[in-house]
Amino acid sequence: MSRRLLVHDWLIPLVVFGVLAAVPELHLSIPKLFDQPVSSPGTMQLLAACVLFGALALTYDLQFGYTGLLSFGHALYIAIGVYLSNIAITDWHWSFWEGVLFTMGVAFMLANVLGFVSMRVGGIAFAMVTLAFAQAGAVLALKDPHHWTHGEEGLGADYTKLPKAFVGILNTKNLYWLALAFLAFVFFVVRWAVESSPGRVWQAIRENEQRVAVLGMRPNLHKVQAFVLSSTLAAGGGIVYMLLYNGSTLAVTAPNFTLTLLLMVVIGGAGSRWGAVLGGILYTYLNDRLVAVGSSSTVEGLPHALRTPLEQPLFLLGVIFILIVFFLPGGLVGIASRGRPSGLRRLQDAIRPEPTLTAPQEDA
Amino acid sequence: MSTFLLLTITGLGLGAMYFLIASGLSLIYGLMGVLNFAHGAFISVGSYGTWWFSANLFDGVHSILLRWLLSSLLGLAAGAVFAGLVELVLIRPLYTRHMEQVLVTVGLSIAFVALLQGIWGNDPKPFVVPAWLHETTTVAGAHIPNDRWVEIATAAVVLASLQLFLRRTRYGLVIRAGVENRAMVQALGIDVRKAFTLVFAIGGIAAAIAGVLSGVYFNDVSPDQGTNLLIFAFIVVVIGGLGSIGGSAVAALVVALTQQYTNYYASAGVGDMVVVLLLGLVLLARPRGFAGAVVGARA
Repeated sequence: MSRRLLVHDWLIPLVVFGVLAAVPELHLSIPKLFDQPVSSPGTMQLLAACVLFGALALTYDLQFGYTGLLSFGHALYIAIGVYLSNIAITDWHWSFWEGVLFTMGVAFMLANVLGFVSMRVGGIAFAMVTLAFAQAGAVLALKDPHHWTHGEEGLGADYTKLPKAFVGILNTKNLYWLALAFLAFVFFVVRWAVESSPGRVWQAIRENEQRVAVLGMRPNLHKVQAFVLSSTLAAGGGIVYMLLYNGSTLAVTAPNFTLTLLLMVVIGGAGSRWGAVLGGILYTYLNDRLVAVGSSSTVEGLPHALRTPLEQPLFLLGVIFILIVFFLPGGLVGIASRGRPSGLRRLQDAIRPEPTLTAPQEDA
Repeated sequence: MSTFLLLTITGLGLGAMYFLIASGLSLIYGLMGVLNFAHGAFISVGSYGTWWFSANLFDGVHSILLRWLLSSLLGLAAGAVFAGLVELVLIRPLYTRHMEQVLVTVGLSIAFVALLQGIWGNDPKPFVVPAWLHETTTVAGAHIPNDRWVEIATAAVVLASLQLFLRRTRYGLVIRAGVENRAMVQALGIDVRKAFTLVFAIGGIAAAIAGVLSGVYFNDVSPDQGTNLLIFAFIVVVIGGLGSIGGSAVAALVVALTQQYTNYYASAGVGDMVVVLLLGLVLLARPRGFAGAVVGARA
């Protein structure tokens, strides 16, 4: 492994995650960005949500950005994590870790079955089918035939069953670290996966599925693989979500929940790990903070017709999303590479040197 | 027996709405390869437009029936104009880039629902319709709300006129040919893009009609109604076969009736699950839907 490869593959992510991990201990106060000091429970909760959505967006990017699968039903697997882990401990009185194992097992099996069925169709029909399956899950959680989910009330978690470190407002910091650890885990798993040989096939499928089939590989098998990995990771994120919000509500089952993940990934940059993470963090932060902007005195002074849209974070984020699709197809991380493609390509060449090269090539 | 009849007629009424939404989706997909997620917004333009015109423009009209008809007409016009504009401004510049087109319609649907919530709030708005629509007619012992008849009749008229339009007019011919083979139509020197805008406008009208009827069916309009109906319309489109109007009509009836019967005879919510199960079965047996159009070949 060359030194540059080491820097690129390990040092940069470790430094980024290390800095993020140090944030609660720095006792910063950034009044423009956050109302309260950074280490206060309120801000920690927001930051934990940002980091968690960074991770969830990355799990979605694994199937959308890397494999080219447009699913509208990713929320189903997150909801399984959020609900099933909670049902296991609160309704069935299992221990927390039994609940976690059971949840992950169910998510894995279900992703295999539903993945197999929905891969029967391609492209747009696949999107609709995954949407329908997620809708079935949403209806099940809403109607609550077994009195497990408590429908619209939501299900508060039985806190005596949760690990002590994640209970109570003073432990919000720990939840932040948990979310961050999950993000780092997903980040390295996704990188390992997309750089493995099946991962290369996934990206080939995204580029040209027919060619993959002509080469004698089975695209559907590989697509189900990517789908299962992405969905199982999403269920893990759902468990972190349940801990972060102390229970389960129907918000995670809504079709719009998947759409927000799609928005995050495209805003940040599809098919890029940092892009998806950045998109998830930025979107969650803006969705929270734009409410504050909407009620600020500058906006209050505007005429009614202008004020109404500015008070709706989702309207603004939807418009930003459309503008990015039109004018910035690479997302926010695309900006970085836009101005200097040749430089970036040189960098990449330097990172992956040809083994046969004996002397460094001169720049033309 | 009378319960069964009531369920059947109500199911047909619901199926009528599914068909109105699915027909536009199916035509748009068949011709252009665009999954139009903004179709929910078209539904809302129809329902909110009708509600707004009725409350603000025609509030002086004494006859409730006339007031409802006039505001519905303007609501439909708003739906057509809105849909046409969406095609011209948002879809056309991304011509042949199907993924981006889908993404743009997703963004539009999210921004539009948020805008509705911002302007008129989350609360449902009462929908003023002639009292007759909420009275019942007794057929063979079953008391059937009159609005069901209107829904069924409207969908039947729309189905018939769509078929007439597609089979008997020049534009219909261009659209049908475009669904079959768009490249060949263009090669013959016909500007298919005019047909794109037209198909969007037709889809917008049909969705707006569904919006007006959903206002009658549910007694009110709310911001997320459009999206909720859209999900079942998606199921209908896939089961019916993308690009086929007839397939959509049959699938709409099958889906709505299945939903009604199981929701009543099993328990509420089971119907929605059974419909999804049905979708899974159809995909396993016939991945291309009832009508067998080419699914996924353009994606």
